[in-house]
Amino acid sequence: MNGTVKPYGLMAEFDSPAAILQAAEKVRDAGYRRWDVFTPFPVHGLDRVMGFKNSLVGWFALVFGGGAFVATMGLIWFTNTFDYPLIVGGKPMFSPPAAFVPSYIMMVLGGAVGAFVGMLVLNGLPRLYHPLLQKARFALASRDKFFLVIGANDPKYSETETRRRLEAIGGTHIEGVEA
Amino acid sequence: MAESAINLKTFTPPAELRRAPIVLNNRGSGWLTDKLSSFAEGKTPLWWWIMFVPALLGATVLLPAMLIYQVSTGVGVWGNNQPVAWGWDIINFVWWVGVAHAGTLISAMLFLTRQHWRTTIGRATEAMTVFAVMMAGLYPAIHVGRVWFAWFLFPIPNSNAIWPQFRSPLMWDVFAVNTYLVVSILFWYLGLIPDLAVLRDRATTRVRKFIYGFLAMGWTGSARHWHHYEKAYVVLSGLCTLLVFTVSSIVGLDFCTSQLAGWHATIFPLYFVVGAVYCGFGMVLVLLIPLRKLCHLEEIITPRHMDRICKLTLLSSLAIAYIYVMEYFIAWYSGDPYERWVFGHRLFGHTYWYGGWIMLVVNVGLAQLLWFKRTRQNLKLVFAIGVLINIGMWFERFVIIVGSLYQDFLPANWGVYFPTWVDIGTYLGTLGAFFMMYLLFIKFLPLVAIAEVKGAMPQADPHHPLGGAKQ
Repeated sequence: MNGTVKPYGLMAEFDSPAAILQAAEKVRDAGYRRWDVFTPFPVHGLDRVMGFKNSLVGWFALVFGGGAFVATMGLIWFTNTFDYPLIVGGKPMFSPPAAFVPSYIMMVLGGAVGAFVGMLVLNGLPRLYHPLLQKARFALASRDKFFLVIGANDPKYSETETRRRLEAIGGTHIEGVEA
Repeated sequence: MAESAINLKTFTPPAELRRAPIVLNNRGSGWLTDKLSSFAEGKTPLWWWIMFVPALLGATVLLPAMLIYQVSTGVGVWGNNQPVAWGWDIINFVWWVGVAHAGTLISAMLFLTRQHWRTTIGRATEAMTVFAVMMAGLYPAIHVGRVWFAWFLFPIPNSNAIWPQFRSPLMWDVFAVNTYLVVSILFWYLGLIPDLAVLRDRATTRVRKFIYGFLAMGWTGSARHWHHYEKAYVVLSGLCTLLVFTVSSIVGLDFCTSQLAGWHATIFPLYFVVGAVYCGFGMVLVLLIPLRKLCHLEEIITPRHMDRICKLTLLSSLAIAYIYVMEYFIAWYSGDPYERWVFGHRLFGHTYWYGGWIMLVVNVGLAQLLWFKRTRQNLKLVFAIGVLINIGMWFERFVIIVGSLYQDFLPANWGVYFPTWVDIGTYLGTLGAFFMMYLLFIKFLPLVAIAEVKGAMPQADPHHPLGGAKQ
């Protein structure tokens, strides 16, 4: 620590879902751009206040699942019709109804992997270090407290002004966070 | 916000119509966090060791001994032979797959239908699913006999230039069971991430902090994280719901595509799904009733929740009863002498008549006790019913598999089947492995979904007075 620690932002604590929702509305209305809210469970209404669009996770699932379906159909056609055709019980070499079942199952697998991977990619996880996790009080974010963090990279960020703002909207235990 | 609070006050329904809270005694988030992580953090109680040691012996001594003996000698050490080529291996495979199904139904289907009470039991039943599928997957792998060739089941390019034969439902089964395992692990783990972060933030030792921190993957509870997380959870629930209906259907197809009296019926996929869910509910009762008592979760997994599981069990028992009736009706209506012979012998045959009666009396008869509120409130009785359902459903698979195989079209080909000590030992070993993993799960991971339960409480609703909304 040689005094040149870069600030990550200011962190304020709130007591209830209603309080954090109101605080988020006020921070948004004050014109801040780079801020986030940390809660022990998803708080309804926050997505609207923070202006989130529909999550892209569904598209990940669609692409992975659809890809797996097509790939399995292709694999079955390639292996049983093209690469090593073999007559079994007089059945056709390739018949979509029979090939549908494993393809469908692989679609479910692909979709599930896609949703999981999509969640991780869009959230930037796994992440080995996060400045907020160094803060002792932040441990309560997974318990029963609600945190609002305004990033130092916000154009409107100022150590004193932002702190005053957070105090005004009812935040307690306001702390600076080092990057 | 003020308006909604006023509405709440004005239109408060009468007491009997008011929805009971998920968790009793109006607990706050902090209390819930302490309570739900306490078992994974506290001192290991004696009962845990008493259950763990036999399960550990089953998993690490009995099961490997049986597998080594069977693999090194051959499947001849089991009781199956001609004509009964499928014995306890496939009975137990179908039984374990069935046990898994209720977990997926509770965690995925009840999530999509917004049944908030599932939050308290979802995690424990998902764990049941994961471990039961592992046990199920073991059987097909070892029943092929030369297990070192099991990789032939996967489409891997090889020097023989041959490929799996995708026109067989047995091949579809490989895909179904493996998919079920992977998807149920992903779903379980996705739900665990925020709770692993809870344990990480509460950890007192460096080792715990490191392990839970590693597993939580840097989860912070950011609103952005929750946004994507919730979407992923919905998508995975939808996909798991598809699996509830398809995995056992494909297992059912293994049977109904073969031209054997008693198996060759179009009702089989549905039959196996319903049977699986029913058997799974039996196992849910067997696991949850002791668990809520021993882990002191009576306020979380309330009598109301147990009551609902009982009702779902009753519902699936009625569905299975319908299928039994339909199966017998079609056997009679088909006019096929072989069909009639097989179904007659299920109840009045010379060797296995008891299997058919156990199946009917337990699965259809006994479960009707759950119509009565007094039964549903007597958890000791419900526990006994749960154990018996598992036994009854085991016999259902016995009746289907052995009952159809032991007397096929040619009387010269008839025979009887009895399990050997290796069959029994392998089954006991899988039970040991299942309970060992389950006990390790409740000891080291949050056995109730902490974030989900907190999120389903009125305290989590920003428009509810308990969530801080102004009156």
